[in-house]
Order: sequence, then structure tokens, then C-alpha cells
Amino acid sequence: MTAPDEGGAVGRSLPKLENLEKVSGRAEYIADLTRPRILHGALLGSPYAHARIKRISVEAALAAPGVVAVLTGADVGPGRMGPFIKDEGAIAQDKVRYLGEAVAAVAAETEAEARAACNLIEVDYEELPALLSPEEALAEGAPAIHEDLQSYTKIFDAGSEGNLCSRSCFEEGDVEAVWGDCDVIVEGAFTTQAQAHVAIEPCGAIAEVDRGGRVTLWSANQSVFRVQANVSECLSLPMSRLRCLTPLVGGGFGIKMEAHVQPIAVALAMKAGRPVKIILSREEDFEITRARHPFTVRMKTGAKQDGTLVARECEVVADCGAYADDSPGVLGYSLLMARGPYRIANVKCQGQLVYTNKLRFGAYRGFGNPQVTFAGEQQIDEIGQRLGLDPFEIRRRNMVRAGEPWFLGGNVASCGLADCLDTVAKKPPPLGPAPKGKRRGRGLAINAHISGLLGTGAIVRMLEDGSIVLNTGATDIGQGSDTVLAQICAEALKVPLSMVKVASPDTDGSPFNWGTTASRVTYTTGRAVIGAAKEVERQIKEQAGAILECAPDDLDLRPGGRIGVVGSDKELPFAAISGRAHWAAGGPIIGSHSLVFDGKTHDPKRGSVLGLPFPQIGVFSFIAVLVDIEVDEASGQITVLEAWNACDVGRAINPKLVEVQLEGGFVQGLGFALFEEMVWDGPRLANPSLMDYKIPTTLDTPLELHSFLIEEPEPDGPYGAKGVGEIGINAVPAAIANAAAAALGQRFRHLPLTGERVLDALMEDEG
Amino acid sequence: MSALTAITLDLDGRRQTALAAPDATLLTLLREGLGNTGPKRGCNQGVCGACTVMIDGWPQRACLTLAAACADKRVETLEGLAEDPVMASLAKHFAEGGAVQCGFCTTGMLISARKLLEEDPKPSSERVRAALSGNLCRCTGYRKIVEAVQAAGQGLAQ
Repeated sequence: MTAPDEGGAVGRSLPKLENLEKVSGRAEYIADLTRPRILHGALLGSPYAHARIKRISVEAALAAPGVVAVLTGADVGPGRMGPFIKDEGAIAQDKVRYLGEAVAAVAAETEAEARAACNLIEVDYEELPALLSPEEALAEGAPAIHEDLQSYTKIFDAGSEGNLCSRSCFEEGDVEAVWGDCDVIVEGAFTTQAQAHVAIEPCGAIAEVDRGGRVTLWSANQSVFRVQANVSECLSLPMSRLRCLTPLVGGGFGIKMEAHVQPIAVALAMKAGRPVKIILSREEDFEITRARHPFTVRMKTGAKQDGTLVARECEVVADCGAYADDSPGVLGYSLLMARGPYRIANVKCQGQLVYTNKLRFGAYRGFGNPQVTFAGEQQIDEIGQRLGLDPFEIRRRNMVRAGEPWFLGGNVASCGLADCLDTVAKKPPPLGPAPKGKRRGRGLAINAHISGLLGTGAIVRMLEDGSIVLNTGATDIGQGSDTVLAQICAEALKVPLSMVKVASPDTDGSPFNWGTTASRVTYTTGRAVIGAAKEVERQIKEQAGAILECAPDDLDLRPGGRIGVVGSDKELPFAAISGRAHWAAGGPIIGSHSLVFDGKTHDPKRGSVLGLPFPQIGVFSFIAVLVDIEVDEASGQITVLEAWNACDVGRAINPKLVEVQLEGGFVQGLGFALFEEMVWDGPRLANPSLMDYKIPTTLDTPLELHSFLIEEPEPDGPYGAKGVGEIGINAVPAAIANAAAAALGQRFRHLPLTGERVLDALMEDEG
Repeated sequence: MSALTAITLDLDGRRQTALAAPDATLLTLLREGLGNTGPKRGCNQGVCGACTVMIDGWPQRACLTLAAACADKRVETLEGLAEDPVMASLAKHFAEGGAVQCGFCTTGMLISARKLLEEDPKPSSERVRAALSGNLCRCTGYRKIVEAVQAAGQGLAQ
């Protein structure tokens, strides 16, 4: 490995900036922070999934040892939050809508005292029928989970009604007219389960209020700006009264994108007049934050004899849970992805999002894409099988190419999918014979995911000594965006990475960044970083031109933080230029740049849309995933033996960090495919612990997990880069299901593919 | 609340005393009583391994160990192992090998890996997997962690 300070920064697997903290035990996360006079908060959750709150009596809790304040819905006013539909208060008021929903919170000197005092709060409930599935919630006569749905503020309104939270319908061509032209049609109903995020760090927050009423709020988050917006909305505080900060974050995967306990921590701190810290237990993290939406997907795909895909129809019913959260976006995005990375002229995708009395489902790596891909990629294999085309061939004949439109008309500016397919086709040796009592299969699936979405900014400041501070407001949740953005900045200014330091996100001082979500930070924020660095370059050239008495255009950046006259060895260090700017002329050097992704999702000439949650979304990364599995005939258990991921990332700013995104995504997808499942016993989550909800360990993951990076540059990406945060998970369940079909001669349309489910299928087959 | 009692133990080579409730775990004592936040609370149930520390030379779950049971015992955390050559090699290879993502599991992972390398500096990947199977990581997919442990062992052997 070359030393970090040699050569350009982009394209090199440099260690992450904060690694020394993390490998020395010094890294600080929200649970590691404290404040003078801090109190500890605990939550009282509802024992019912659906009930009216008749009365809350807090006197006994207030009198308990160590207790300073008790918060209930009466304290928080009418404000409601939500990224699409503002349907959720800081804490339950009048009504609870899922089991575990916080109805009260206690701040006490110790966590144990706070938890003990919660048990002294008396709540009278009037129980209402719990609606635990979309079918129950949509049934005639079902009580409304949100009686006031019509009056809620909606940023996005696709026609909410009764317990129907949202809906979407997108159409291109005319599916009904062309089914008759198809030589082969496959049809099926698929179901996917609720998956828990299980970031190893549980959610938590610390809030402190100063004498003037201004709030400082530290929390585990994926966006300090979404924290600020959510708390502002549900507590009716001006955004400027909230300063939101972040320590290191112990993983996210979507769970920390919107609010969790931050609003309650703020409200408690305001009431107690002292700082309050709330750290969720693992059980609470399972029960009351958010999870991946269970989907029912009905899909139908038709093709010609030569394999040309002609039509696809997809109908999704998604369980929203009790609050809308990111769900309208998940539903719409899943439908936008349901065509898959294929040229299909006639496509109709529609879906319903239904409120139920479960915890809110929300953003989770993949954002609806893994669910529809589980259906869509199995149907491509089914069609190939019916037509005698192997899984590679059927995909090659139909896959989308650069310059062709995405479903609804979005622009696919770069596409390395053909290389991805070729790479995983060539790499593996033939699948070896299965040992006695086992069966083996190989499965393929392909996928695309976006990374261009919403607004972002960057500020690059040159300090007096010529060193650089980069400030983007993007929270690094462990995936390495601080390092990647610093690499982009260092490359743009031709300085060693060691000259660039990254400011921690702070809503007071950082430019707006929508969030670390939608695979967007490298692509979207990276563009802002380059823009800001270019502005710094302009300013230092102007300064240097004045010193060296030449035109700015006659100057160029030299490696190592110097600027020189083109074709001459006359040059100046950044320190000389920045010193002059600070003390003599021109003013401090600050470059800033901001942008909103403005690529259009929908071309009205191509099709019609109802309920399009993201009108400007795009920039497509592509992946091909190939897996070899072994099935134990006695237990039905599936083991993934080996896997190959080939991903078109545009340009790998830091190849090792890209690989680890793909590998981490693969293993999270493996858990989703094979055994992870949140199970409800009536209204109660039956497995809210890591004892009962298993995530993959070292022993569940394949020894050989290969990542291949295809670099097909995105024209407007930072050095050609596009996003990679989510795509690694999307195709995994489908690839494993295709391998299971190859091994067992049966289709598995219900996730997860547990040993029990596989064994049932095997026995049915033999019976 | 039950009365607090003073517990003295050897933490990272120094005798330290802190007050703890009779039902307090070693994890609570370390984090809240002694200000050592290297061990993390991921599940408080002995499953995730983020709180793994060495007690009298063996990796243990601090969240499943009563603080009172550690009186006069030798407890080692990552902070006390900074000069340890095995840990130094592991830390280097974790940091450079892409084995650190969010970092929340890393301290526990490193403690478990160090014990393995003490026993076997050149472990097979199967052996590494077995040794780390009690430390959950949600970010990396484990491959780079397993490789980093093997590379650290190789680094020591040379």
C-alpha cells in the first residue's frame, strides 16, 4: 500500500479517517456521551395495539425516588411530524396505535429509577380492535386507525382514505392489450416478511435546553437535518431553536433516518430543566422504532418465443404499520423498481399502503426494492426456463442499456450491467456435485438502484495555514462517507488526504444535507464537494494571480497544496495565499456549493402516474449476484457456499469501502432470505431480542464472498462515481430463491426460505 | 434500591475501585462507574458480543458478568491493550483491511480475535469464524474481519 500522502486520493483504498478511534476503544457513540447534571429517561409503552387513552395518573411516579419529571401527551401540544404525511406526535395523545408505543416518559437521576417509576404510572385504556394486517385494516367496518387522517398536513397526497395511507399507480404502454401477444406468461403471488434493522448500536439521544430555551440535541441519526425537522414539527418549535449534532453512529440501515426518541428526549429535557439521555434497550429498539415493510407482491410477466419481454404487471400491498413515516416513498419507489433493469414496453405497477396496528415500517436498505426484486427476478428465471434460455441469456436479451429510459422515462446515463453479467458468468467454476443427503443449485439475479435524490451542500474552508476543513452535514453512519468525501475534496484540490479534515454535522454550522439514505452521499454530496472545491480553487487562483502578477487562468494546482504558474516553477504554498486572504486582501477562503438532484423520474410522454413520491430521482447503479447454495435434505436448511457480486459503481472512490458495502449488503440480504423474521403473537412482537431474532453470524456467511467492481463512469458523478449503499442487498433473496429452484425444482415465493419451509416443499414433492 | 458496595478490581493494570449495586453488571461498572466506554451495550443479553472484555485472561461478556463477581479479578479492555503486540497487529489490519465499519462491534471483535491469535497465530478461516461466531457485526459481512484476523496473525509470525 502506498502511503496515504502519495499520489491522488481518488481510487485508493485508504483507511477510514476515524479508524484509529474505533480500534482503540476510544470511539464515542451516543451512549458514551454525558452532560453535567444529566438525567436518564425511560419510556412507558402501551400494552395494547389499539386503544384510547382515557386517563393517565402520574402522581406516584413523580413521588418515586430520583424522579424529576414525567412526560405525557398532555405536555406536547398538537404538532405532528412525518416526511410524507404528518400523522405522528412526539408521544401518544388520546390514542395508542401499536403495542409498545410510548404513552409516558420519566426523567430520573438513574436509568434504573426512571424505569422503575414508569411502572408506577397508571393508564386507563379503552381497548379498540387491533388491526394487524392490511386485509383486516381494509375490511368493511374496520375502525379508523387515524380518525383525523383527512385533516393531517400532507407533503405528498395520493388520496389517503380510511386505513389506506397511500397508493400509487404507474403505467407505460398497454399491458391489457398485449397479454394475447405473449408466447409465455408467468404469474405468481409472493410475500416478504418484516425484517429488523439490528444496527448493533441501539437508538438513543441526549437533549439539553439552555436558559434561553434553545435546545442542543445529540443523537444516533442518519441526518441531523431530519432530526431537526421532525422535532421542530412535533414539538412546534422553530427550527432555529434546535441545534442538532451527532456523535459517531453505530450503523443505521434506515432505522435512524427519521425520528426515534429525539422528540421525547427534548420534551423531557424541557420539562425537567436538565439534560436528559434516553438509550433504548435492544428490546425497545425492536419493538418501537421501525422495520422493513412486509409486502404482498402479485406479479405477471409475459414474453415472446425469442425471449423478448413484452409486459409486466405488478400489484403490491404493503403493511405501513401505525404511522406513515417513509412508507409512501417506499411504496412508490418499489413500484418504480418493479420493472427491473429490463426493456419492457408495457408495464403497469400499482400498490396500496395500509395502516395497521403494528410499529411503523420505514426506510430500510433497499427501500422496497428487495421485495419486488424477489418476485421479478424469479419470474425472469421462470420465463427463461419455459423458453429454454439460460438465466444469463434471457437477461442479456432484455437488459437496459445506457441511453435507454428507466420505467416512466428517467434517464439511464451510464450502465455497466452487461459487464456485471459477464463478470459473474465467467468467474465461478462449474458447480460441483452435492454430497450425499444434500442438493446444490446456482442462482442469478440482477438489479439496479438509484443514488441521485434531493438536496445537499458542501462548504470547503481553507484555514490560515493552508489546511482544509470540509463540512457537508452528511452523517457518516459507519459506511465511510467522511473518508470518501474527504478523498473527493483532496483530489479536487490536489492535496494529500491528511490536509483535509471533516467537520462533524451540526445544524448550526453545516450546510443542509437531506441525509445518509437512498445510497446518495457519495454521488449527491460528492458533487457538492467538487463544486465547493472548485470555488476554493477559483479564490486561491485569484489570490495567487495578484501575488504572482499573472492572470488566474495562467495558474494551476500542484500536488501537495501549492499553486504555480503554468509552464514555470514559480509557485506558492496554500499557506501563503490563505494567510494573505485572512489578513490582507480578499477575505478568508471559503468555497460553498449546493444542489438539488433535478433529473426527472417521469416523462409524461411515456406513461401515466398517480402518487409519484419522488418526481426527481435517478442515477442508476447496477449489480449481478450469483450464488451457489447447498440444501440439506434432512433439515431443509439452505447454506450459501459461495457468492459473486459484480457491481457497476461508476467509479470506486475507495474500492475497499465499496467492496465492504457489497459484502455487508449481501449478508444482510442472506439473513432476510433465509431466516430473519419479526414474528407477532397477536399484537405482540414475539421475538424482540437477539436470542430470538437471529442475524447472520460468521458461521452463516459464505467462506467465499467475492466482489467485483465495474467502473462505468456516470457523466455527472463525482469522478464518475455513483451510489452503492443499498444495491448489495436487493438481489440477494431472489438469487438465493433462484438457486433453490435450481437445486430442488420448486419455486419459493414466500420469504424467508427457512429450513421448515424448504422441508415442507421437499416432503410435498415426494408425497 | 439496594445499597451500593465498593468493588475493587485490576482494570487494565491499575487497581480501581467504584461503587456498584449488587445487581450491577461488570458492563455497568466499567461504563458508568469507571468511565471506560470501550465495551459497548448492544443487547445486554450476552448475544451480540460488543461488550466482550478479558477477565483473568479469558474473553467474557461484561453484560452477563456481575460486577461483584469481578472483585480482585484482572479485567482487560481495549484501552489497556494498546501496547500489546497482538492487539497492535490486529488493530492495524482491522483499520487497513476494511474490517471496521460503524465500529460498534469492533472492540469486542478485537478482544475475541486476540485470544484466538494467542492460541493460534495462523488460524484457518474456519477457526477464525468459529472464534468470532459470538461477535455480531451488521455492517461488514464478516469477510474482511476474518481476513484481517488472519493477516494480523501472519504479521506477528513474521
